[in-house]
Amino acid sequence: MTGPDHVAPIEARVAAIEAILVEKGLLDTAKLDEIVQHFEEDLGPRNGAKVVARAWVDPEYRQRLLAAATAAIAELGFGGPEGDHMVVVENTPAVHNLVVCTLCSCYPWPTLGLPPKWYKAPAYRSRAVREPRLLLAEMGTVITDDVEIRVWDSSAEVRYLVLPQRPAGTEGLSEEALAVLVTRDSMIGVERQLTT
Amino acid sequence: MDGVHDLGGIAGFGPVEWTPDEPYFSEEWERRAFRLGLGGTGIAGANGGMFRHSAERMDPAQYLDSPYYEHWLTGVTTLLVEAGVVTAEEIEERAGGPFPLSRPDRGRPTDTPTDDRTEARFGVGDRVRVRKWHPLGHTRAPRYVQGREGVVVRVDGAANVPDAEAHGGGFVKNPIYSVRFASRELWGEGGSDGEAVHVDLWECYLEEDA
Repeated sequence: MTGPDHVAPIEARVAAIEAILVEKGLLDTAKLDEIVQHFEEDLGPRNGAKVVARAWVDPEYRQRLLAAATAAIAELGFGGPEGDHMVVVENTPAVHNLVVCTLCSCYPWPTLGLPPKWYKAPAYRSRAVREPRLLLAEMGTVITDDVEIRVWDSSAEVRYLVLPQRPAGTEGLSEEALAVLVTRDSMIGVERQLTT
Repeated sequence: MDGVHDLGGIAGFGPVEWTPDEPYFSEEWERRAFRLGLGGTGIAGANGGMFRHSAERMDPAQYLDSPYYEHWLTGVTTLLVEAGVVTAEEIEERAGGPFPLSRPDRGRPTDTPTDDRTEARFGVGDRVRVRKWHPLGHTRAPRYVQGREGVVVRVDGAANVPDAEAHGGGFVKNPIYSVRFASRELWGEGGSDGEAVHVDLWECYLEEDA
């Protein structure tokens, strides 16, 4: 028994198709492992945090980032699949940005890595475009009514990164110290106020 | 297609099950399914549009009830069976039980442009309306914006139309726009002031707002 419909367990299904492709000489798992390892070791929100911190300390970089994000992000060495067409949207006192992919799971891999489960799940994908203010409040981020919420549905080629506001009282911090303050969630837009 | 994957605005899913941090793959099979998705699409001779559509064609109940990487597994395996690389019998025998696959492709490339177009017809500030055609095949025009009116806020470069790519219509370039929709345009009385949704749409999805 493997469930009400007797479906083969997921582990057995993955192993089955993989084994058949390997036996047919079609799938090179070792080569693919190198790519997966690259995702696990080199990509993630620490990259995006470096971009944000640079934009906070360097006004000219910030301008380049907002005008042509893919090139500006490449200056810091980040780019590649799911990051070839980047747009950075900036939070201001009057505007809060929120990123979603209602149709699947589009996410800026080079700067944020692979998306967390909740980002790909129906609750987030369905509600972000319908009731973003309520959704954010439930997630602990209260956006007051005087702040416009701009939702960005990544439905085509562009992948979005939110540029959060620099927290107050961080004037003396170095770029490296600022990057530590930047969270994954603030660059998706489900968090607004970063803390020191 | 107006499939279960097209989730924007559907009610009833409850709170987001947020986690502060998590590994990319919480179980080993997820890592292997990701690896299979990276390698298997090419083995099936498929492209990105076909890969996305293969998961969209999953049985709706299975789609909603399964972990994310089961979408990758089911989709890419369906493509491999459809391409004749493996047979359904072969994989079920090896898996020791039923291996659910996605439903057949109902899309038609005749619904889509056949000639490249790279020059943008619309500019920033133009009012546009999304065509309301609800295709049976793959599209990146979500159901919740079809028939709705918005304003172009950004003109992006041209890229391949996924609707054509996913159904053997080839790689046909067409400009892309970011279009801003007021919440109340999308959700009527259920919408909110001070909220707007931006959706990236190929030009062939749009018509001039008369």
